[in-house]
Amino acid sequence: MAGTKTTTGAPTEVTQKHNKGGIGESTLRPDGTLKVTGEFAYSSDMWHEDMLWGQTLRSTVAHAEIVSIDTVEALKTPGVYAVLTYDDLPAEMKNYGLEIQDTPVLAHGKVRHHGEPVALVAADHPETARRAAAKIVVEYKELPVITDEASATAPDAVLVHEGRTDEYIEHVPHPNIVHNQPIIRGNAEEAAKKADFIVKGEYTFGMQDQAFLGPESGLAVPAEDGGVDLYVATQWLHSDLGQIAPVLGLPEEKVRMTLSGVGGAFGGREDISMQIHACLLALRTGKPVKIVYNRFESFFGHVHRHPAKLYYEHGATKDGKLTHMKCRIVLDGGAYASASPAVVGNASSLSVGPYVIDDVDIEAIALYSNNPPCGAMRGFGAVQACFAYEAQMDKLADKVGMDRVEFRQLNAMSQGTLLPTGQPVDSPAPVAEILRRVKARPMPPERQWESSEGADVRALPGGLSNTTHGEGVVRGVGYAVGIKNVGFSEGFDDYSTAKVRMEVINGEPVATVHTAMAEVGQGGITVHAQIARTELGVQQVTINPADTQVGSAGSTSASRQTYVTGGAVKNSCELVREKVLEIGRRKFGSYHPAWATAELLLEGGKVVTDGGETLADLAELLEGETVEVEAEWRHRPTVAFDKKTGQGNGHVQYSFAAHRAVVEVDTELGLVKVIELATAQDVGKALNPLSVVGQIQGGTTQGLGVAVMEEIIVDPKTAKVRNPSFTDYLIPTILDTPTIPVDVLELADPNAPYGLRGMGEAPTLSSTPAVLAAIRNATGLELNRTPVRPEHLTGT
Amino acid sequence: MDFLRPASWEEALAAKAEHPTAVPIAGGTDVMVEINFDHRRPEYLLDLNRVAELREWAVGEETVRLGASVPYTTIMEELRTELPGLALASHTVASPQIRNRGGVGGNLGTASPAGDAHPALLAADCEVEVESVRGSRLIPIDEFYTGVKRNALAEDELIKSVHIKKAAGPQQYSKVGTRNAMVIAVCAFGIALHPDTRTVRTGIGSAAPTPIRAKAAEEFLNAALEEGGFWDSKKIITPSIAKQFAELASGAANPIDDVRGTANYRRHAVGIMARRTLGWTWESYRGNGRSTEGVA
Repeated sequence: MAGTKTTTGAPTEVTQKHNKGGIGESTLRPDGTLKVTGEFAYSSDMWHEDMLWGQTLRSTVAHAEIVSIDTVEALKTPGVYAVLTYDDLPAEMKNYGLEIQDTPVLAHGKVRHHGEPVALVAADHPETARRAAAKIVVEYKELPVITDEASATAPDAVLVHEGRTDEYIEHVPHPNIVHNQPIIRGNAEEAAKKADFIVKGEYTFGMQDQAFLGPESGLAVPAEDGGVDLYVATQWLHSDLGQIAPVLGLPEEKVRMTLSGVGGAFGGREDISMQIHACLLALRTGKPVKIVYNRFESFFGHVHRHPAKLYYEHGATKDGKLTHMKCRIVLDGGAYASASPAVVGNASSLSVGPYVIDDVDIEAIALYSNNPPCGAMRGFGAVQACFAYEAQMDKLADKVGMDRVEFRQLNAMSQGTLLPTGQPVDSPAPVAEILRRVKARPMPPERQWESSEGADVRALPGGLSNTTHGEGVVRGVGYAVGIKNVGFSEGFDDYSTAKVRMEVINGEPVATVHTAMAEVGQGGITVHAQIARTELGVQQVTINPADTQVGSAGSTSASRQTYVTGGAVKNSCELVREKVLEIGRRKFGSYHPAWATAELLLEGGKVVTDGGETLADLAELLEGETVEVEAEWRHRPTVAFDKKTGQGNGHVQYSFAAHRAVVEVDTELGLVKVIELATAQDVGKALNPLSVVGQIQGGTTQGLGVAVMEEIIVDPKTAKVRNPSFTDYLIPTILDTPTIPVDVLELADPNAPYGLRGMGEAPTLSSTPAVLAAIRNATGLELNRTPVRPEHLTGT
Repeated sequence: MDFLRPASWEEALAAKAEHPTAVPIAGGTDVMVEINFDHRRPEYLLDLNRVAELREWAVGEETVRLGASVPYTTIMEELRTELPGLALASHTVASPQIRNRGGVGGNLGTASPAGDAHPALLAADCEVEVESVRGSRLIPIDEFYTGVKRNALAEDELIKSVHIKKAAGPQQYSKVGTRNAMVIAVCAFGIALHPDTRTVRTGIGSAAPTPIRAKAAEEFLNAALEEGGFWDSKKIITPSIAKQFAELASGAANPIDDVRGTANYRRHAVGIMARRTLGWTWESYRGNGRSTEGVA
């Protein structure tokens, strides 16, 4: 049977023998060298004897009734083992979804967006599978497309989902609205009367793609017990499991999942892609099935960042104090709900930004439309809001006649400030300080492109395309700051689980850490070993592959993994330590009174007193013993926001970053070169400073991308995606990536493990508006839309 | 898909004669993209990588004979003096890895208006050497591009080399993309001064159904330079001449709106690039090259 044959490329345990670092040290990634030399096995590299290749047939239109599907010719193709449609689904449950189970595993009766899966093929060669899929004939009867708020809520609008029964339908104003969240605090109408200046703005945020480099892929191997082993690149194994098993008609214990090599995620792997499809084909054919999307298919295979329209009104007194804010944020969730409800919660509750405004009137909504489904992406609703409120801050500062940074500092929140939800910010909030730091940095030199041999085009807008040697180039500077929540909010039971074992191997005490945490590049694999070393005083730590044989770790998203799974590892280590000390007391307690009286630590492979006296060698103490603990760990609970007022302690923690962007714009050609993106961020405690800087620089660059180039372009007439390729969906190259000086603050959050602050998303927030502000500064244009394209800068 | 691997040029011509639908592939810069996108699945791929002479080049009295598969990297490193415009265009092609494999034969074979080499080839002036089992011929570049992604090749012909006129004066090349490297052209412009014939030639990319020359702009400029005695005096070109040249170049464009840019932007950008590249080449001609040529 399949399980006895060879699988290659599946993950193995990673033992870190030579890394010494505990927390706070820049320990290197154990997989770093493998990745840069091309030896790391990603999920797409897996191979199994006798395996088949799965291929997905996707809809060529955005909204249509399916009149018929003819699979006869596909099935006749030599080498084809199975062709599946909706009618072949084995269980009563035929849908899945993160929050609302509204997504069909295969389209049934109707397709709701361009690229929706309609049928599956398994064949002995990927090209055979592709050709067979092309022979499936689907007859569509096209329906009108819903592409924006106006078409979604028009009186005669076609409903994207008829007969909704989800928990949100009760309070939404229209069935084509997934969820809406108002937040009312104080009296914005009254407070507006105190304003000397009022600024209104309308902003548009384009659809960004996560653009992870490793496309969706995985391998499903049928097992003798009728279950299936699934190796897959994902962000949250147990969330997948809870969606996969019901559709396969299997109990969860018969679907055994193992994380395989993940090539980036950024939110785009929080939803199911090929997982269920591969399992269905494997169970149907009795053979291992591998599915790998190519780049084109990947653009249809995962959700994107919600594009948004944002309408803002702010007021300020002539002294520069903010009086009130009203806003309405319309997020386009596309055809299926995905994470839209939670994105709405974030966008609304963080719509004020890191500022003190007591009187607010806020509403955020997410639409159902026939555009591509949108869901989680780094920054998760807070990104779109930050782009808009930071543009507003610049406009207001200018009206008041204040320096833009000073204006922000004057209105900056601090510890104790109430969010619009009424929740107090109960840990350090150094908003004014991080702004001060980026502003105080020396400016990069003017005309930095000049060299003794002429203009270095690499340092100019246009780069190697050689469009300017300095002509038309104007410098601009812009600032922005943002606030991101950390962890899952609104009452979600956001726990993690860690299993930690301690034993003696070859005379050396070693620790093994087993969690279901998805390592997607964030560095948890390094940090878990650092925590184990710090808590257990060992050098050698083995990290087991992440799988579903241990409890859920929650998602690798929401800047939460170091906090929550790091917290779970720390907690389990502490429980292991207690047991180790009990063994010590039992074995050696009579030899030294300190066993009973002193605070005892595990350090350098020994049990020591807090005074530094050694009581025992761990190797000796653990001889013949294995100590193992699996425990869940939770951060402080949160509550749901009130559906009408938005009040409630919905968030766990906050993360703050500020950016100063220095850009040079070729004002005649509308091309931009970002020269420098200086940033300052409070991370509470940098468990691995090198990883922290890497995350900040990566997040900053992703924010730059959506400022000047990254956008999925959807035809408003057909709702079809026009640029599903890396030829036309551009992400920054190293030549587009500026110098990114990083200033890391460590102001401990007393509520968090080691005082740390989740930090992976905040840099993505303020980077975009800082770049936009700098381009506005250089050009004098209003630029209420991101990304900025050359035609916007040249009026063409 | 059958993969034909001729060991020599003669075998390649024979294979093409036998299978006229075979798509030649060398570096794969264009062909692999089309296959990856499923835009085409040719019945036969004709791999030219074993044909060594396609990677050879020779500098003659008047022209450089550039083999169809000479990689862009080689053009940048070895032929910068003889083919400065094409060397600048080569810099803008994709990534270093692709520049190590791709050559102008692929650009010419695909004849996409977005091919980076075309504006430089049009400006420099060249002839494309094509051959079949029936014999060989030279196609002037002005007659080479016949329609959207169409060229003057017969179905049994292969591109062997390009005979490019050696630069007798400064040449420049600019390309607009919405990223600072590794980007497909929104539009591009090439210019070459030919002091030996006292003419200026141009090329425009991605702003018309085919790569084109801005002929009205050339004719205007040639006349203005002649009348003003600029070739001899090496005077600064008056702003009004530069402006009109730019406007005529812009007017030569016949672009479309697409996902990469608007037609209006393309017309606008062609004009800006025409003005700037004329300024850079003319300053070089006047002897001030160091401050204007650009380095990378």
